[in-house]
Amino acid sequence: MAVNDDSAGAKSAAGLPAAAAIEVARLVKQYKKARAVDDISFAIARGSITGLLGGNGAGKTTTIAMIMGLVLPTSGRVAVLGHPMPAEAAAVLGLMNFESPYVDMPMRLTVRQNLNVFGRLYAVDDLGARIGELGRDLDLTELLDRPTGRLSAGQKTRVALAKALINHPELLLLDEPTASLDPDTADWVRGHLETYRRRHGATILLASHNMFEVERLCDRVIILKRGRIVEDDSPAQIMARYSRDTLEQVFLDVARGRAQDGAVRETMAPETLSPEAMS
Amino acid sequence: MSQLALHQKISFNRIGAMMLRYWYLLKSSWPRLLELMYWPVMQVITWGFLQTYVAQNANFFMRAGGTLIGAVILWDILFRGQLGFSISFLEEMWARNLGNLMMSPLKPVEFLLALMAMSLIRLAIGIIPMTGLALVFFHFNFFGLGLPLIAFFCNLIFTSWAVGIFVSGLVLRYGLGAESVVWTLMFALMPLACVYYPVRVLPHWLQYVSWSLPPTYVFEGMRGLLIDQVFRADLMVLAVAINAVLLVASFAAFLALLRSARRHGSLLGGGE
Repeated sequence: MAVNDDSAGAKSAAGLPAAAAIEVARLVKQYKKARAVDDISFAIARGSITGLLGGNGAGKTTTIAMIMGLVLPTSGRVAVLGHPMPAEAAAVLGLMNFESPYVDMPMRLTVRQNLNVFGRLYAVDDLGARIGELGRDLDLTELLDRPTGRLSAGQKTRVALAKALINHPELLLLDEPTASLDPDTADWVRGHLETYRRRHGATILLASHNMFEVERLCDRVIILKRGRIVEDDSPAQIMARYSRDTLEQVFLDVARGRAQDGAVRETMAPETLSPEAMS
Repeated sequence: MSQLALHQKISFNRIGAMMLRYWYLLKSSWPRLLELMYWPVMQVITWGFLQTYVAQNANFFMRAGGTLIGAVILWDILFRGQLGFSISFLEEMWARNLGNLMMSPLKPVEFLLALMAMSLIRLAIGIIPMTGLALVFFHFNFFGLGLPLIAFFCNLIFTSWAVGIFVSGLVLRYGLGAESVVWTLMFALMPLACVYYPVRVLPHWLQYVSWSLPPTYVFEGMRGLLIDQVFRADLMVLAVAINAVLLVASFAAFLALLRSARRHGSLLGGGE
Protein backbone atom coordinates (compact mmCIF):
# COMPACT_ATOMS: atom_id res chain seq x y z
CA MET A 1 0.00 0.00 0.00
CA ALA A 2 2.94 2.29 -0.64
CA VAL A 3 1.90 5.64 -2.04
CA ASN A 4 2.49 6.27 -5.68
CA ASP A 5 3.56 9.88 -6.08
CA ASP A 6 1.65 10.10 -9.30
CA SER A 7 -1.61 8.95 -7.76
CA ALA A 8 -4.63 10.92 -8.82
CA GLY A 9 -7.15 12.55 -6.54
CA ALA A 10 -7.23 15.35 -4.00
CA LYS A 11 -3.91 16.63 -2.75
CA SER A 12 -2.99 18.09 0.60
CA ALA A 13 -0.95 21.22 1.24
CA ALA A 14 2.18 19.08 0.98
CA GLY A 15 1.10 17.89 -2.45
CA LEU A 16 0.18 14.50 -1.02
CA PRO A 17 -3.12 12.57 -1.07
CA ALA A 18 -5.63 14.22 1.26
CA ALA A 19 -7.63 12.58 4.05
CA ALA A 20 -4.76 10.49 5.40
CA ALA A 21 -3.55 10.99 8.96
CA ILE A 22 0.08 10.67 7.91
CA GLU A 23 1.42 11.13 4.41
CA VAL A 24 5.04 10.43 3.60
CA ALA A 25 6.46 10.88 0.11
CA ARG A 26 9.93 9.95 -1.11
CA LEU A 27 11.39 10.52 2.33
CA VAL A 28 15.17 10.33 2.69
CA LYS A 29 17.39 10.91 5.70
CA GLN A 30 21.08 10.86 5.03
CA TYR A 31 23.40 11.21 8.00
CA LYS A 32 27.12 11.68 7.50
CA LYS A 33 27.96 8.02 7.13
CA ALA A 34 24.65 6.29 6.72
CA ARG A 35 21.37 6.54 4.91
CA ALA A 36 18.90 5.95 7.74
CA VAL A 37 15.78 6.29 5.59
CA ASP A 38 15.98 5.65 1.89
CA ASP A 39 13.19 6.96 -0.31
CA ILE A 40 10.09 5.68 1.45
CA SER A 41 6.50 6.62 0.71
CA PHE A 42 3.29 5.64 2.45
CA ALA A 43 -0.01 7.06 3.63
CA ILE A 44 -1.77 6.03 6.81
CA ALA A 45 -5.54 6.12 6.95
CA ARG A 46 -7.29 7.94 9.76
CA GLY A 47 -8.54 5.66 12.51
CA SER A 48 -6.12 2.85 11.71
CA ILE A 49 -3.36 1.22 13.72
CA THR A 50 -0.20 0.71 11.69
CA GLY A 51 2.88 -1.14 12.84
CA LEU A 52 6.33 -0.04 11.76
CA LEU A 53 8.68 -3.00 11.99
CA GLY A 54 12.33 -3.56 11.34
CA GLY A 55 15.58 -4.56 12.99
CA ASN A 56 17.73 -2.18 14.98
CA GLY A 57 18.80 0.63 12.69
CA ALA A 58 16.19 -0.15 10.05
CA GLY A 59 14.99 3.46 10.20
CA LYS A 60 11.85 3.19 12.34
CA THR A 61 12.78 5.80 14.95
CA THR A 62 14.17 8.21 12.35
CA THR A 63 10.99 7.86 10.32
CA ILE A 64 8.81 8.58 13.34
CA ALA A 65 11.08 11.48 14.33
CA MET A 66 10.69 13.01 10.87
CA ILE A 67 6.92 12.58 11.08
CA MET A 68 6.99 14.40 14.43
CA GLY A 69 9.27 17.13 13.07
CA LEU A 70 12.10 16.33 15.48
CA VAL A 71 14.40 15.43 12.59
CA LEU A 72 14.53 17.27 9.27
CA PRO A 73 14.46 15.06 6.16
CA THR A 74 17.28 15.30 3.68
CA SER A 75 14.61 15.20 0.99
CA GLY A 76 11.00 14.19 0.59
CA ARG A 77 7.83 15.39 2.26
CA VAL A 78 5.81 14.61 5.35
CA ALA A 79 2.30 15.80 6.13
CA VAL A 80 0.42 15.17 9.35
CA LEU A 81 -3.37 15.60 9.48
CA GLY A 82 -3.07 17.49 6.22
CA HIS A 83 -0.31 19.87 7.33
CA PRO A 84 3.24 19.73 5.95
CA MET A 85 5.85 19.08 8.63
CA PRO A 86 7.72 20.77 10.13
CA ALA A 87 6.56 23.97 8.42
CA GLU A 88 3.05 23.80 9.87
CA ALA A 89 3.88 21.87 13.02
CA ALA A 90 2.22 24.50 15.21
CA ALA A 91 -1.12 23.66 13.61
CA VAL A 92 -1.01 19.97 14.51
CA LEU A 93 1.19 19.50 17.57
CA GLY A 94 -1.81 20.02 19.84
CA LEU A 95 -3.71 17.27 18.01
CA MET A 96 -1.05 14.60 18.32
CA ASN A 97 1.09 13.11 21.03
CA PHE A 98 3.76 10.48 21.43
CA GLU A 99 5.55 8.10 23.71
CA SER A 100 9.11 6.99 23.18
CA PRO A 101 11.89 5.24 25.10
CA TYR A 102 14.14 8.13 24.04
CA VAL A 103 12.38 10.52 26.40
CA ASP A 104 11.37 10.43 30.05
CA MET A 105 8.99 12.32 32.25
CA PRO A 106 10.70 14.58 34.83
CA MET A 107 11.47 12.18 37.66
CA ARG A 108 11.30 14.53 40.64
CA LEU A 109 7.83 15.73 39.80
CA THR A 110 4.87 13.73 41.03
CA VAL A 111 2.66 12.05 38.47
CA ARG A 112 -0.03 14.67 39.07
CA GLN A 113 2.45 17.54 38.67
CA ASN A 114 3.74 16.09 35.41
CA LEU A 115 0.24 15.63 34.03
CA ASN A 116 -0.67 19.11 35.23
CA VAL A 117 2.28 20.68 33.36
CA PHE A 118 1.67 18.76 30.14
CA GLY A 119 -2.07 19.30 30.36
CA ARG A 120 -1.47 23.05 30.51
CA LEU A 121 0.97 22.88 27.61
CA TYR A 122 -1.72 21.14 25.56
CA ALA A 123 -4.42 23.55 26.84
CA VAL A 124 -6.58 20.69 28.11
CA ASP A 125 -9.99 21.82 29.33
CA ASP A 126 -11.04 20.86 32.85
CA LEU A 127 -7.59 19.48 33.53
CA GLY A 128 -8.27 18.25 37.05
CA ALA A 129 -11.09 16.06 35.79
CA ARG A 130 -8.97 14.80 32.89
CA ILE A 131 -6.16 13.80 35.24
CA GLY A 132 -8.66 12.00 37.43
CA GLU A 133 -10.10 10.21 34.39
CA LEU A 134 -6.64 9.12 33.21
CA GLY A 135 -5.84 8.01 36.74
CA ARG A 136 -8.86 5.72 36.72
CA ASP A 137 -8.39 4.49 33.12
CA LEU A 138 -4.70 3.70 33.56
CA ASP A 139 -4.89 2.54 37.17
CA LEU A 140 -2.78 5.46 38.36
CA THR A 141 -5.08 7.00 40.96
CA GLU A 142 -3.05 5.80 43.93
CA LEU A 143 0.20 6.87 42.25
CA LEU A 144 -0.80 10.42 41.34
CA ASP A 145 0.98 12.04 44.26
CA ARG A 146 4.13 9.92 44.13
CA PRO A 147 7.34 11.16 42.45
CA THR A 148 7.53 9.70 38.94
CA GLY A 149 11.11 8.57 39.52
CA ARG A 150 10.06 6.24 42.33
CA LEU A 151 7.70 4.20 40.19
CA SER A 152 8.41 0.82 38.64
CA ALA A 153 9.12 0.52 34.91
CA GLY A 154 5.56 -0.62 34.25
CA GLN A 155 4.08 2.23 36.27
CA LYS A 156 6.31 4.75 34.47
CA THR A 157 5.11 3.40 31.15
CA ARG A 158 1.52 3.92 32.24
CA VAL A 159 2.39 7.49 33.27
CA ALA A 160 4.03 8.10 29.88
CA LEU A 161 0.89 6.73 28.25
CA ALA A 162 -1.24 9.05 30.38
CA LYS A 163 0.86 11.99 29.18
CA ALA A 164 0.50 10.76 25.59
CA LEU A 165 -3.29 10.61 25.95
CA ILE A 166 -3.83 13.75 28.02
CA ASN A 167 -4.95 15.87 25.05
CA HIS A 168 -7.20 13.18 23.47
CA PRO A 169 -4.81 13.03 20.48
CA GLU A 170 -6.17 12.32 17.03
CA LEU A 171 -2.78 10.88 16.16
CA LEU A 172 -0.67 8.84 18.54
CA LEU A 173 2.94 7.93 17.71
CA LEU A 174 4.32 5.14 19.87
CA ASP A 175 7.90 3.95 19.77
CA GLU A 176 8.13 0.54 21.46
CA PRO A 177 5.36 1.29 23.95
CA THR A 178 5.66 -2.03 25.78
CA ALA A 179 9.43 -2.48 25.74
CA SER A 180 10.75 -3.80 29.09
CA LEU A 181 7.28 -4.42 30.47
CA ASP A 182 6.22 -7.71 32.01
CA PRO A 183 3.69 -9.66 29.91
CA ASP A 184 0.76 -8.75 32.15
CA THR A 185 1.44 -4.99 32.02
CA ALA A 186 2.21 -5.13 28.30
CA ASP A 187 -1.08 -6.90 27.64
CA TRP A 188 -2.88 -4.33 29.74
CA VAL A 189 -1.31 -1.44 27.78
CA ARG A 190 -2.28 -3.06 24.46
CA GLY A 191 -5.83 -3.46 25.65
CA HIS A 192 -5.96 0.20 26.59
CA LEU A 193 -4.63 1.30 23.20
CA GLU A 194 -7.27 -0.79 21.44
CA THR A 195 -9.97 0.75 23.59
CA TYR A 196 -8.67 4.27 22.98
CA ARG A 197 -8.63 3.79 19.21
CA ARG A 198 -12.13 2.32 19.25
CA ARG A 199 -13.61 5.07 21.44
CA HIS A 200 -11.93 8.06 19.79
CA GLY A 201 -11.32 6.91 16.25
CA ALA A 202 -7.68 7.85 16.72
CA THR A 203 -4.86 6.94 14.38
CA ILE A 204 -1.95 5.06 15.91
CA LEU A 205 1.49 4.52 14.39
CA LEU A 206 3.41 1.99 16.40
CA ALA A 207 7.08 1.02 16.13
CA SER A 208 7.69 -2.26 17.88
CA HIS A 209 9.92 -5.29 18.08
CA ASN A 210 7.13 -7.31 19.60
CA MET A 211 5.55 -9.26 16.76
CA PHE A 212 2.76 -10.63 18.89
CA GLU A 213 1.82 -7.06 19.78
CA VAL A 214 1.81 -5.99 16.15
CA GLU A 215 -0.30 -8.99 15.10
CA ARG A 216 -2.82 -8.22 17.80
CA LEU A 217 -3.08 -4.47 17.35
CA CYS A 218 -2.28 -3.53 13.80
CA ASP A 219 -4.49 -3.35 10.74
CA ARG A 220 -1.44 -2.85 8.63
CA VAL A 221 2.29 -3.48 8.87
CA ILE A 222 5.16 -1.67 7.20
CA ILE A 223 8.46 -3.53 7.43
CA LEU A 224 11.64 -1.52 6.99
CA LYS A 225 15.07 -2.86 6.24
CA ARG A 226 18.11 -0.65 5.80
CA GLY A 227 15.84 2.37 5.53
CA ARG A 228 13.65 0.95 2.78
CA ILE A 229 10.14 -0.47 2.84
CA VAL A 230 10.29 -4.18 2.09
CA GLU A 231 6.71 -5.09 3.04
CA ASP A 232 3.54 -3.06 3.39
CA ASP A 233 0.26 -4.92 3.89
CA SER A 234 -2.07 -6.39 6.50
CA PRO A 235 -0.40 -8.86 8.91
CA ALA A 236 -2.48 -11.73 7.48
CA GLN A 237 -1.52 -10.94 3.89
CA ILE A 238 2.16 -10.67 4.72
CA MET A 239 2.15 -13.95 6.63
CA ALA A 240 0.34 -15.63 3.75
CA ARG A 241 2.90 -14.33 1.26
CA TYR A 242 5.75 -15.78 3.29
CA SER A 243 3.78 -18.96 4.08
CA ARG A 244 4.35 -18.31 7.76
CA ASP A 245 2.09 -18.64 10.78
CA THR A 246 3.45 -15.70 12.72
CA LEU A 247 4.87 -12.26 12.00
CA GLU A 248 7.90 -13.24 14.06
CA GLN A 249 8.78 -15.84 11.44
CA VAL A 250 8.26 -13.29 8.69
CA PHE A 251 10.43 -10.80 10.56
CA LEU A 252 13.24 -13.36 10.75
CA ASP A 253 12.84 -14.17 7.06
CA VAL A 254 13.15 -10.50 6.19
CA ALA A 255 16.02 -9.86 8.60
CA ARG A 256 17.96 -12.88 7.33
CA GLY A 257 17.27 -12.15 3.73
CA ARG A 258 15.00 -15.09 2.94
CA ALA A 259 12.76 -14.57 -0.06
CA GLN A 260 9.03 -15.09 0.20
CA ASP A 261 9.42 -18.72 -0.88
CA GLY A 262 11.80 -19.36 2.01
CA ALA A 263 15.03 -19.40 0.02
CA VAL A 264 17.94 -17.63 1.67
CA ARG A 265 19.04 -14.65 -0.43
CA GLU A 266 21.68 -13.38 1.91
CA THR A 267 22.73 -13.61 5.50
CA MET A 268 22.88 -10.46 7.46
CA ALA A 269 22.69 -9.36 11.05
CA PRO A 270 20.45 -6.39 11.68
CA GLU A 271 22.66 -3.32 11.61
CA THR A 272 22.73 -1.08 14.62
CA LEU A 273 22.35 2.55 13.81
CA SER A 274 21.47 4.97 16.56
CA PRO A 275 20.92 8.62 15.66
CA GLU A 276 24.20 9.40 17.45
CA ALA A 277 26.10 6.75 15.51
CA MET A 278 24.65 7.96 12.27
CA SER A 279 25.31 11.63 12.80
CA MET B 1 8.40 23.46 18.73
CA SER B 2 9.46 23.78 15.14
CA GLN B 3 10.36 27.42 14.79
CA LEU B 4 10.97 30.42 16.98
CA ALA B 5 7.48 31.37 15.82
CA LEU B 6 7.75 35.01 16.80
CA HIS B 7 5.02 35.77 14.28
CA GLN B 8 2.59 33.43 16.00
CA LYS B 9 0.55 34.12 19.09
CA ILE B 10 2.44 33.63 22.31
CA SER B 11 0.56 31.69 24.97
CA PHE B 12 1.13 32.93 28.51
CA ASN B 13 -0.61 29.77 29.73
CA ARG B 14 2.14 27.65 28.20
CA ILE B 15 4.83 29.94 29.62
CA GLY B 16 3.10 29.61 32.98
CA ALA B 17 3.02 25.83 32.61
CA MET B 18 6.78 25.76 32.11
CA MET B 19 7.35 28.02 35.11
CA LEU B 20 5.13 25.73 37.15
CA ARG B 21 7.23 22.77 36.03
CA TYR B 22 10.45 24.46 37.33
CA TRP B 23 8.75 25.62 40.51
CA TYR B 24 7.63 22.04 41.25
CA LEU B 25 11.22 20.99 40.76
CA LEU B 26 12.64 23.65 43.08
CA LYS B 27 10.02 22.88 45.72
CA SER B 28 10.82 19.19 45.64
CA SER B 29 14.56 19.56 46.01
CA TRP B 30 16.08 21.39 49.00
CA PRO B 31 19.65 20.94 47.67
CA ARG B 32 18.64 22.93 44.60
CA LEU B 33 17.23 25.72 46.76
CA LEU B 34 20.26 25.68 49.05
CA GLU B 35 22.63 25.83 46.11
CA LEU B 36 20.89 28.98 44.88
CA MET B 37 21.83 30.76 48.11
CA TYR B 38 25.08 29.02 49.03
CA TRP B 39 27.49 30.52 46.48
CA PRO B 40 26.23 34.10 46.66
CA VAL B 41 26.54 33.97 50.44
CA MET B 42 30.08 32.57 50.23
CA GLN B 43 31.00 35.29 47.74
CA VAL B 44 29.74 38.17 49.80
CA ILE B 45 31.38 36.91 52.98
CA THR B 46 34.78 36.39 51.33
CA TRP B 47 34.81 39.69 49.49
CA GLY B 48 33.23 41.55 52.37
CA PHE B 49 36.07 40.63 54.70
CA LEU B 50 38.60 41.52 52.01
CA GLN B 51 37.00 44.91 51.58
CA THR B 52 36.99 45.50 55.32
CA TYR B 53 40.72 44.73 55.43
CA VAL B 54 41.53 46.94 52.43
CA ALA B 55 39.41 49.81 53.75
CA GLN B 56 41.35 49.76 56.99
CA ASN B 57 44.61 50.16 55.09
CA ALA B 58 43.96 52.39 52.09
CA ASN B 59 42.50 55.87 51.94
CA PHE B 60 41.25 55.40 48.38
CA PHE B 61 39.07 52.46 49.24
CA MET B 62 37.82 54.18 52.35
CA ARG B 63 36.46 56.78 49.94
CA ALA B 64 35.18 54.13 47.59
CA GLY B 65 33.39 52.24 50.29
CA GLY B 66 31.34 49.32 48.98
CA THR B 67 33.00 49.15 45.57
CA LEU B 68 34.17 45.59 46.03
CA ILE B 69 30.99 44.25 47.57
CA GLY B 70 28.93 46.16 45.03
CA ALA B 71 30.97 44.60 42.23
CA VAL B 72 30.57 41.14 43.77
CA ILE B 73 26.79 41.49 43.96
CA LEU B 74 26.49 42.91 40.44
CA TRP B 75 28.76 40.16 39.09
CA ASP B 76 26.56 37.61 40.79
CA ILE B 77 23.48 39.10 39.14
CA LEU B 78 25.20 38.62 35.78
CA PHE B 79 26.53 35.14 36.50
CA ARG B 80 23.55 33.78 38.47
CA GLY B 81 21.15 35.27 35.92
CA GLN B 82 22.78 33.23 33.19
CA LEU B 83 23.01 30.12 35.37
CA GLY B 84 19.37 30.49 36.41
CA PHE B 85 18.43 30.51 32.74
CA SER B 86 20.78 27.74 31.67
CA ILE B 87 20.19 25.37 34.59
CA SER B 88 16.45 25.37 33.97
CA PHE B 89 17.26 24.43 30.38
CA LEU B 90 19.75 21.77 31.50
CA GLU B 91 17.13 20.28 33.81
CA GLU B 92 15.23 19.28 30.66
CA MET B 93 18.34 17.68 29.19
CA TRP B 94 19.18 15.85 32.42
CA ALA B 95 15.56 14.67 32.72
CA ARG B 96 15.51 13.58 29.04
CA ASN B 97 12.32 15.64 28.78
CA LEU B 98 13.28 17.84 25.85
CA GLY B 99 11.62 15.53 23.29
CA ASN B 100 8.32 15.79 25.18
CA LEU B 101 8.55 19.58 25.07
CA MET B 102 9.64 19.70 21.44
CA MET B 103 6.64 17.59 20.49
CA SER B 104 4.22 19.72 22.50
CA PRO B 105 2.56 22.94 21.29
CA LEU B 106 5.15 24.91 23.33
CA LYS B 107 6.87 27.36 20.98
CA PRO B 108 10.59 28.02 21.28
CA VAL B 109 10.00 31.66 22.11
CA GLU B 110 7.62 30.62 24.91
CA PHE B 111 10.21 28.19 26.21
CA LEU B 112 12.85 30.93 26.23
CA LEU B 113 10.50 33.40 27.94
CA ALA B 114 9.78 30.81 30.65
CA LEU B 115 13.52 30.31 31.13
CA MET B 116 13.98 34.09 31.46
CA ALA B 117 11.24 34.31 34.06
CA MET B 118 12.77 31.41 35.98
CA SER B 119 16.18 33.05 35.91
CA LEU B 120 14.63 36.07 37.70
CA ILE B 121 13.03 33.85 40.33
CA ARG B 122 16.20 31.83 40.91
CA LEU B 123 18.21 35.04 41.03
CA ALA B 124 15.92 36.55 43.64
CA ILE B 125 16.26 33.46 45.83
CA GLY B 126 20.07 33.81 45.73
CA ILE B 127 20.61 37.56 45.68
CA ILE B 128 18.15 38.78 48.30
CA PRO B 129 19.82 36.87 51.18
CA MET B 130 23.19 38.01 49.79
CA THR B 131 22.23 41.69 49.95
CA GLY B 132 20.87 41.17 53.47
CA LEU B 133 24.18 39.72 54.60
CA ALA B 134 26.10 42.59 53.01
CA LEU B 135 23.93 45.03 54.97
CA VAL B 136 24.08 43.24 58.30
CA PHE B 137 27.75 42.26 58.36
CA PHE B 138 29.47 44.86 56.18
CA HIS B 139 27.07 47.82 56.41
CA PHE B 140 26.74 47.95 52.63
CA ASN B 141 23.19 48.75 51.56
CA PHE B 142 23.06 47.44 48.02
CA PHE B 143 19.62 48.95 47.46
CA GLY B 144 21.08 52.29 48.57
CA LEU B 145 22.43 52.56 45.04
CA GLY B 146 18.95 53.87 44.31
CA LEU B 147 17.33 54.19 40.91
CA PRO B 148 20.58 53.58 38.98
CA LEU B 149 20.40 50.04 40.36
CA ILE B 150 17.43 49.39 38.05
CA ALA B 151 19.53 50.34 35.03
CA PHE B 152 22.45 48.23 36.29
CA PHE B 153 20.18 45.25 36.96
CA CYS B 154 18.36 45.39 33.63
CA ASN B 155 21.56 45.61 31.62
CA LEU B 156 23.18 42.74 33.49
CA ILE B 157 20.13 40.51 33.23
CA PHE B 158 19.81 41.21 29.49
CA THR B 159 23.42 40.15 28.97
CA SER B 160 22.90 37.05 31.11
CA TRP B 161 19.89 36.05 28.99
CA ALA B 162 21.77 36.62 25.75
CA VAL B 163 24.58 34.35 26.94
CA GLY B 164 22.05 31.86 28.35
CA ILE B 165 20.14 31.63 25.08
CA PHE B 166 23.34 31.10 23.10
CA VAL B 167 24.78 28.38 25.34
CA SER B 168 21.38 26.63 25.51
CA GLY B 169 21.46 26.49 21.72
CA LEU B 170 24.92 24.94 21.88
CA VAL B 171 23.72 22.26 24.31
CA LEU B 172 20.67 21.64 22.15
CA ARG B 173 22.88 21.06 19.14
CA TYR B 174 25.85 19.26 20.70
CA GLY B 175 24.19 17.55 23.66
CA LEU B 176 25.45 17.41 27.21
CA GLY B 177 29.00 17.21 25.91
CA ALA B 178 28.73 21.00 25.60
CA GLU B 179 27.48 21.42 29.16
CA SER B 180 30.79 22.79 30.43
CA VAL B 181 30.28 25.87 28.24
CA VAL B 182 27.27 26.72 30.41
CA TRP B 183 29.47 26.91 33.50
CA THR B 184 32.51 28.56 32.00
CA LEU B 185 31.58 30.99 29.24
CA MET B 186 30.61 33.83 31.56
CA PHE B 187 34.01 33.63 33.28
CA ALA B 188 35.63 34.47 29.96
CA LEU B 189 33.86 37.85 30.22
CA MET B 190 35.02 38.49 33.78
CA PRO B 191 38.48 39.98 33.10
CA LEU B 192 37.22 41.89 30.06
CA ALA B 193 34.14 43.33 31.75
CA CYS B 194 36.41 44.95 34.37
CA VAL B 195 34.36 43.77 37.32
CA TYR B 196 36.83 44.76 40.04
CA TYR B 197 39.02 47.37 38.31
CA PRO B 198 38.51 50.27 35.90
CA VAL B 199 38.76 49.83 32.15
CA ARG B 200 41.84 52.09 32.01
CA VAL B 201 43.84 49.30 33.70
CA LEU B 202 43.59 47.23 30.50
CA PRO B 203 46.05 47.63 27.58
CA HIS B 204 44.72 50.21 25.16
CA TRP B 205 43.77 47.72 22.41
CA LEU B 206 41.93 45.49 24.87
CA GLN B 207 39.84 48.41 26.04
CA TYR B 208 37.99 48.32 22.69
CA VAL B 209 37.02 44.70 23.38
CA SER B 210 36.00 45.62 26.89
CA TRP B 211 33.74 48.45 25.73
CA SER B 212 31.97 46.03 23.37
CA LEU B 213 30.56 44.21 26.42
CA PRO B 214 27.49 45.68 28.16
CA PRO B 215 28.61 44.62 31.68
CA THR B 216 31.67 46.88 31.34
CA TYR B 217 29.36 49.91 31.25
CA VAL B 218 27.56 48.68 34.35
CA PHE B 219 30.70 48.15 36.42
CA GLU B 220 32.16 51.47 35.30
CA GLY B 221 28.82 53.07 36.10
CA MET B 222 28.79 51.54 39.57
CA ARG B 223 32.30 52.79 40.32
CA GLY B 224 31.35 56.23 39.06
CA LEU B 225 28.36 56.24 41.37
CA LEU B 226 30.17 54.97 44.46
CA ILE B 227 33.48 56.82 44.04
CA ASP B 228 32.49 60.05 42.28
CA GLN B 229 28.79 60.08 43.19
CA VAL B 230 27.93 60.56 39.49
CA PHE B 231 25.38 58.47 37.59
CA ARG B 232 26.46 58.05 33.96
CA ALA B 233 23.17 57.63 32.09
CA ASP B 234 25.07 57.70 28.78
CA LEU B 235 26.86 54.50 29.77
CA MET B 236 23.56 52.77 30.50
CA VAL B 237 22.05 53.83 27.16
CA LEU B 238 25.05 52.42 25.30
CA ALA B 239 24.80 49.20 27.30
CA VAL B 240 21.10 48.83 26.42
CA ALA B 241 21.92 49.33 22.73
CA ILE B 242 24.64 46.66 22.76
CA ASN B 243 22.40 44.33 24.76
CA ALA B 244 19.67 44.67 22.13
CA VAL B 245 22.15 43.58 19.46
CA LEU B 246 23.35 40.68 21.64
CA LEU B 247 19.82 39.47 22.35
CA VAL B 248 18.86 39.49 18.66
CA ALA B 249 22.12 37.71 17.78
CA SER B 250 21.58 35.08 20.47
CA PHE B 251 18.01 34.41 19.26
CA ALA B 252 19.31 34.01 15.73
CA ALA B 253 22.07 31.67 16.91
CA PHE B 254 19.58 29.63 18.94
CA LEU B 255 17.36 29.23 15.88
CA ALA B 256 20.28 28.21 13.71
CA LEU B 257 21.48 25.69 16.32
CA LEU B 258 17.95 24.28 16.74
CA ARG B 259 17.67 23.80 13.01
CA SER B 260 21.10 22.16 12.93
CA ALA B 261 20.04 19.87 15.80
CA ARG B 262 17.00 18.79 13.78
CA ARG B 263 19.17 18.17 10.75
CA HIS B 264 21.65 16.05 12.70
CA GLY B 265 19.05 14.16 14.74
CA SER B 266 20.55 15.34 18.02
CA LEU B 267 17.15 16.19 19.55
CA LEU B 268 16.47 12.46 19.82
CA GLY B 269 19.45 11.71 22.00
CA GLY B 270 20.77 14.75 23.79
CA GLY B 271 23.38 12.63 25.51
CA GLU B 272 27.12 13.01 25.55
